[in-house]
Amino acid sequence: MRILNRLLPHPLLTLLLTVIWQLLVNRFSLNSLLFGFFLGLLIPFVTQPYWPNRPKLKSPLRLAGYVLLVFWDIVVANMIVARIILFMPNSKRQPAWVEVPLDIRTPEAIAMLGGTITMTPGTLTADISADGHYLLVHCLHAPDTAAVRDDIKSRYETRLKEIFE
Amino acid sequence: MIIDLLITGFIIVGGIFGFVGSFGLLKLNDPMSRMHAPTKATTLGVGGVLLGSMLHAWAYEGRVSAHELLITLFLLVSAPVTANFLAKVFINQQTKPKDLPTPGTCKLWATHNKPEHHPASEQTGA
Repeated sequence: MRILNRLLPHPLLTLLLTVIWQLLVNRFSLNSLLFGFFLGLLIPFVTQPYWPNRPKLKSPLRLAGYVLLVFWDIVVANMIVARIILFMPNSKRQPAWVEVPLDIRTPEAIAMLGGTITMTPGTLTADISADGHYLLVHCLHAPDTAAVRDDIKSRYETRLKEIFE
Repeated sequence: MIIDLLITGFIIVGGIFGFVGSFGLLKLNDPMSRMHAPTKATTLGVGGVLLGSMLHAWAYEGRVSAHELLITLFLLVSAPVTANFLAKVFINQQTKPKDLPTPGTCKLWATHNKPEHHPASEQTGA
């Protein structure tokens, strides 16, 4: 078991690299599958020293659910932003800064939350506080900034907390 | 026939959203709002074209093309990072700490966390 851990320091990354290699080659064959798997073994092994405090994924399945949710939200986000751009005069639009207090502390989870906020309806991550406990979010049109903050916290942050912490 | 209509539909939807994204860049009137248009509307623009391309490869060349999925993946990873860099440039060059909401007890955002904004103590960036 220990030897397996040594050789396979990051099984999920191995799987991901194998799958991505398949997609890159764009034609399935045993040859490319083996080579992809070889890359999947080699790359985590070589880069392992650069990831000292890697977080453990609590539940990869939940992560898949999260990705689906974000995909759906991206489609909705596009419609909302398109409507604001096309039909709302600049004088009526209320852009606003919102600060979002963070409950999550894992850097990877915060990075994912930041990316999610940028891709979803009318919000964009601009900065993080110097101590890493707040995110600065810019809203395209937000009459009610408290609602935006609560929405981000309940919809995305609680899910990421379950996945990473 | 139906496949043709679907492919056309996807490409048209993609084109419309791509156009809206570029139009937003022109129409919105402050730098931070401008960034919303290309990061979001354009995602679905590119997505629509890629879906059309996948359908076309499947219907006319009889193969499943996966490169489109990869493009989507890389786009999803890179778009927020680009937006964040642009936002940081804006914050660095055109705002002072008093222009932004204050983050709790820590008082400063990471981009403002440099000697000229807190002369009392010498802290380095977080």
